[in-house]
Amino acid sequence: MNSIFEYFADIFHTVKSLLTGMKVTGRYFFSPWEIVTQQYPENRKTLKMYDRFKGEVIMPHNDHNEHRCTGCGICETACPNGTIEIIQAKIDMPDGKKKRIIDRHIYHLGMCTFCGLCIKACPSDALAWGQEFEHAVFDRSKLNKTLNQPGSSIIKDIVE
Amino acid sequence: MNFSIYDFTSFNQWIDKFLNDNLPAFWAVAVEMVIIGVAILLFYALVGLFLVYAERKVCAFMQNRVGPNRVGPYGFFQTIADFIKLMLKELIYIKNADQLLFNLAPFIVIIASFMAIAAIPFAKGLHAIDFDIGVLYVIAVSSLGVVGILLAGWSSNNKYSLIGAMRSGAQIVSYELSVGLSLITIIILAGTMQFSEIVEGQRDGWFIFKGHIPAFIAFIIFLISSTAETNRGPFDLAEAESELTAGFHTEYSGIKFAFFFLAEYMNMFIVASIAATVFLGGWMPFHVGSWAGFNHVMDFIPPFVWYIGKTFFVIWVMMWFKWTFPRLRIDQLLTLEWKYLLPINLVNILIMAFIVLMGWHF
Repeated sequence: MNSIFEYFADIFHTVKSLLTGMKVTGRYFFSPWEIVTQQYPENRKTLKMYDRFKGEVIMPHNDHNEHRCTGCGICETACPNGTIEIIQAKIDMPDGKKKRIIDRHIYHLGMCTFCGLCIKACPSDALAWGQEFEHAVFDRSKLNKTLNQPGSSIIKDIVE
Repeated sequence: MNFSIYDFTSFNQWIDKFLNDNLPAFWAVAVEMVIIGVAILLFYALVGLFLVYAERKVCAFMQNRVGPNRVGPYGFFQTIADFIKLMLKELIYIKNADQLLFNLAPFIVIIASFMAIAAIPFAKGLHAIDFDIGVLYVIAVSSLGVVGILLAGWSSNNKYSLIGAMRSGAQIVSYELSVGLSLITIIILAGTMQFSEIVEGQRDGWFIFKGHIPAFIAFIIFLISSTAETNRGPFDLAEAESELTAGFHTEYSGIKFAFFFLAEYMNMFIVASIAATVFLGGWMPFHVGSWAGFNHVMDFIPPFVWYIGKTFFVIWVMMWFKWTFPRLRIDQLLTLEWKYLLPINLVNILIMAFIVLMGWHF
């Protein structure tokens, strides 16, 4: 007797839950003005991407053209597909020691899969996600970017 | 000669008379067949293109999107662009496929749906052939499509295709039963299997209202099982993109793929037509018992508009199912049919027979 009751209760619950789902989609259907997607080429001027959006890897610079990259090369090691290339330079410190710094941080956007491992691996938070996403170019070599700006230097308080 | 959009009988008789006056009897019939074939083919292509567009738009609205909106106003010519693209695509030669069956399969699928459309009454007199066993004919012919699907899966020589085809086979064999039994429920009420008589029997009220609760249950079961029979979501295990790439038509490209694609939408159209004809009165306007004035106003809307309106309503409900529910697993699918739909259906037939016997229906 109990199993028969369960059988019909099952049908009742199924119908109820299916109708709940259909109510949601039905309401969406009858309110076509509610659009959650971005109407991209039209709203290009006003489009604001979200903080979590992974457009490209960038190296933020402050007002004095200073970045946080020490040139340690951990991001280069962390990258699974060889997107990042670190070219180091050596400078003479005032105390006579030699010190490694970053010369060029080369980022091959064309090879990047946007996994974000370089950003997670960076010990000094030098890398971040940029919001730019219109990367289409006519020449592949334009996708090879140098992330540190010319003439930039490291922020003084970074501890290696 | 008076033609009217309310009754195509005189128009048909006029064509028939014209051809018989000018041609020998054999050629008159041959020309009539060609005319009907071309007319149905054109209708088929137009409805197919429109349904693909409608599906994409309905899906978009149900997901709070805009849908196709680039080609033409509101993206109306999107499917025509897609169709041209499909026509221009290369037909890939599959090395280890059974060439004969591989090329034959899309035609079997499309012919099955093409044959079923012949028996459907579009309006008064607009009816290619009016069998006295019309319902049986449509059920028989529309289930031929599974042969094409099985052949496509087998001859592709691909594991995904084969699994998809086998699932489709199991699914259609199971759900064909429910489709048939739910139609039988209404046949008991109507007392005939001829489509024109079924429609005529709904002059004073559609069967879904005349048959009380059993007719309504039969309608719901028909909707569920026919959705499954046309391999549409949430019963689209046969093509299950996420598991089987594209199921039975994985290896097809270009126009052969387009045939499968079109046949899927036309099967949906045919199933919706049957639902509209058998349960919702076909081309018969909405009549309420003794409200003469109301019935008269409803009669002004041409039958073809009624038919198309009801059919597209059913299609819309099926799209609503597809874009709301997640896909069932194969064991859930068979459980639904054999443990729930089939017993309910059998009891439902019994109740309907009892109601008809006691004369409790309207």
